[in-house]
Amino acid sequence: MAKTLVIQPVTRIEGHAKITIQLNDAGNVDTARVNVIELRGFERFCMGRPVEDLPRITPRICGVCPWSHHLASAKACDAVFGVEPPPAAKKLRELCNSVAFMEEHILHFYFLAGADFLLGPDAPYSVRNVIGVLQAAPEIAQRVVKVRHMCAKMLEVLAGKPIHPQAAVPGGFSKPLSADERDQLRKQAGEALELAKFSIAFAKESVFPKYLDVVKSLGVINTGFIGTVKDDGALNLYDGKLRLMTPSGTYEDFPYENYTDHIAEHIESWSYLKFPYAKQWGEGFSMDTDGPKGVYRANTLARINVCDYIDTPLAQAELEEFRQKFGRPAQLTLLYHWARLIELLYNAENAIRLLDDPEITSTETRVQVTPRAGRGVGCTEAPRGTLIHDYETDADGMVTNVNLIVGTTHNNAPINMSVTQAAKSLIKDGKYDQGVLNTVEMAIRAYDPCLSCATHRLDGKLSVKLDIFDADGKLVDTLAN
Amino acid sequence: MAARLAEEWFAICGGCEVTILDIGEPLIDVLKQVEIVHMPVLMDHKLFGQTGEEAEMEIPAADVGLISGGIRSEEHKKLALEMRKKCKFLIALGSCACYGGIPALANQFSTEELLEKVYRGSVTTEKNGLPCEQIPVLTDRVYAVQEVVPVDAFLPGCPTTPEMVANALLALLAGKALPVLPNKSVCDECPTRREKKAVSTLKRRLDAPEFTPGAPLSDMRCLMEQGILCLGPATRCGCGGDNGIPRCIRAYMPCEGCFGPLSEKANPMVDMMGALSSIGLDPKTIPDRAATFNRFSGAGRLRPIPAKR
Repeated sequence: MAKTLVIQPVTRIEGHAKITIQLNDAGNVDTARVNVIELRGFERFCMGRPVEDLPRITPRICGVCPWSHHLASAKACDAVFGVEPPPAAKKLRELCNSVAFMEEHILHFYFLAGADFLLGPDAPYSVRNVIGVLQAAPEIAQRVVKVRHMCAKMLEVLAGKPIHPQAAVPGGFSKPLSADERDQLRKQAGEALELAKFSIAFAKESVFPKYLDVVKSLGVINTGFIGTVKDDGALNLYDGKLRLMTPSGTYEDFPYENYTDHIAEHIESWSYLKFPYAKQWGEGFSMDTDGPKGVYRANTLARINVCDYIDTPLAQAELEEFRQKFGRPAQLTLLYHWARLIELLYNAENAIRLLDDPEITSTETRVQVTPRAGRGVGCTEAPRGTLIHDYETDADGMVTNVNLIVGTTHNNAPINMSVTQAAKSLIKDGKYDQGVLNTVEMAIRAYDPCLSCATHRLDGKLSVKLDIFDADGKLVDTLAN
Repeated sequence: MAARLAEEWFAICGGCEVTILDIGEPLIDVLKQVEIVHMPVLMDHKLFGQTGEEAEMEIPAADVGLISGGIRSEEHKKLALEMRKKCKFLIALGSCACYGGIPALANQFSTEELLEKVYRGSVTTEKNGLPCEQIPVLTDRVYAVQEVVPVDAFLPGCPTTPEMVANALLALLAGKALPVLPNKSVCDECPTRREKKAVSTLKRRLDAPEFTPGAPLSDMRCLMEQGILCLGPATRCGCGGDNGIPRCIRAYMPCEGCFGPLSEKANPMVDMMGALSSIGLDPKTIPDRAATFNRFSGAGRLRPIPAKR
């Protein structure tokens, strides 16, 4: 008998989604879709605000990666006002970015996805979580809780507030770093580096080998990749140019201001989240798992694939080993976790490098700005992928237009393809259980999606509202209800 | 016996959930005393049964319920009712659940205005269709949780503080009443120097204030008296946690009002107009006043702006 399975909510991710799997009469998967079921509408209500308020408003898109929005927004404001922040301000911003990345990557690997690997995908759902990890591996768990919290405390020293910060302002950074604070942070960064080293060694020894079969089969698709690199091709997470790589590994570099020449966004009727694709490739858009068109991925694996090298020694050594094992570009979806741990190492090394730079304690952290009519694009790498803030202002510096493309949005099509691939290979002849369905969800978790980020938009909401009004106030009948 | 805890999140960013983790090491003690029965961000309980076989959404019974985020869809409404039904004690966690928060800034726009934006579209968006199936219907505006179901306690803030969450949970675990929210303002906890007179006209928040890097904050003149708009006078105190110093001031930045109004009955617009006038500043020079003064409390306070003709 044909039937519809609704797995709701997708858990241990940030934000709201469900999976709708349509089984045919033979009990095999016809379609599997990840429905993103939330919307808030930041792009509309940022309009009409003074542009200098956007670095304070837009972090609320995401409380897990508020720093990414904060920094992309501040960079867009710099561009609107036509100013260049002082070198110390750029270094402070990049330092905050690296510390925030560490906090977020630790959170995802150990608190959200870790339970699947440490306890197994088939473990009962009531223990398959961070509390289960706490009981199964108390020493590791306590250390992880401590270091993640320490990273939050570091951000508090740098900016007064770790979540929804205010310190990155148009033209710079509001709070200079004192020498005492620097010394304290330097010590803490060293501790974070130790955890980063431990994490990748632990994962390579005790986690990944155990799941190599799953890694080689679950959610595997073939796509292109996007990420930020410096002029010489080195990985960078705060600033640089964008690199869009095709599935075969050829690539094109472009300044992020020109993103509209390369990326377009497609709409599907069954998700509030749009589907960006590489329009520059000229092949249109298709999520066919056997022959996708225009589909590229963002986030850790994408960045590790597009960069030519990493300019910190420990992370570079890991990159070399990774490339030797999996090639470039590496396509296996679960390798996102491995790439995440390489980035954790890079960020710890990068934070230490920035803290050892004498310029970091300069009190010249802010230049004056004057409102003007203009357009400004700000781009950073968020933990979940390339993040673009694009603002237009009138002569008073009030916002007249906003366009945001966030990390997870780039991964909308690939996530759906990975889930389709996973569901089709795991559910056969109508047979499935909670372990199988959780394994399907693991294909989503690998991407560490942040659906709060991805669904800042309005577009879908309006269409649904339109339906309501057309039906004289009657609710639209959906599978969710 | 461990206390059972359920958590749901609606129109959220996840920052209040991260704040729970920011309790730090004491979190481990708290976790040992609770049994989490539903919490999508951390554990895998599903609403329609673990294999999606149920027709109705179900949350297990719990002693304590936490809801973060304002209500933005009909599904959120249903879930809020289910949480209220199953939880003995229900807490609104963070300013979005308490007052609507930043997402309630959307309450300023009518459907027509919103539709115009959609059809105009963003530069990158194709106009190839509209989402309308397998997704929940959205409500006409953002609602605070208490506009839909009765709430037993409020933990405001964007995000709230680890101390407030820890103190609330520990009090409930000990069978005690929750700490009462103070009705004092952020200014009451702010260490900066006030002389009750502005030394500048009101400026956009574009200029750096005057301060000596490294010197104590008590050496810095009140930001508002320096002409930098600060929501401190109309905002409930408590954001500084154990440290005590308001969080944004630590970065030499003005308060933006994230802890919400001074009390249930307070009107931030009136409070701010009074505070500005009393030191000789003219509130009329502020662009975007309604959304600035009600930045975090728009659920019942912001209405669609009449279209300009």
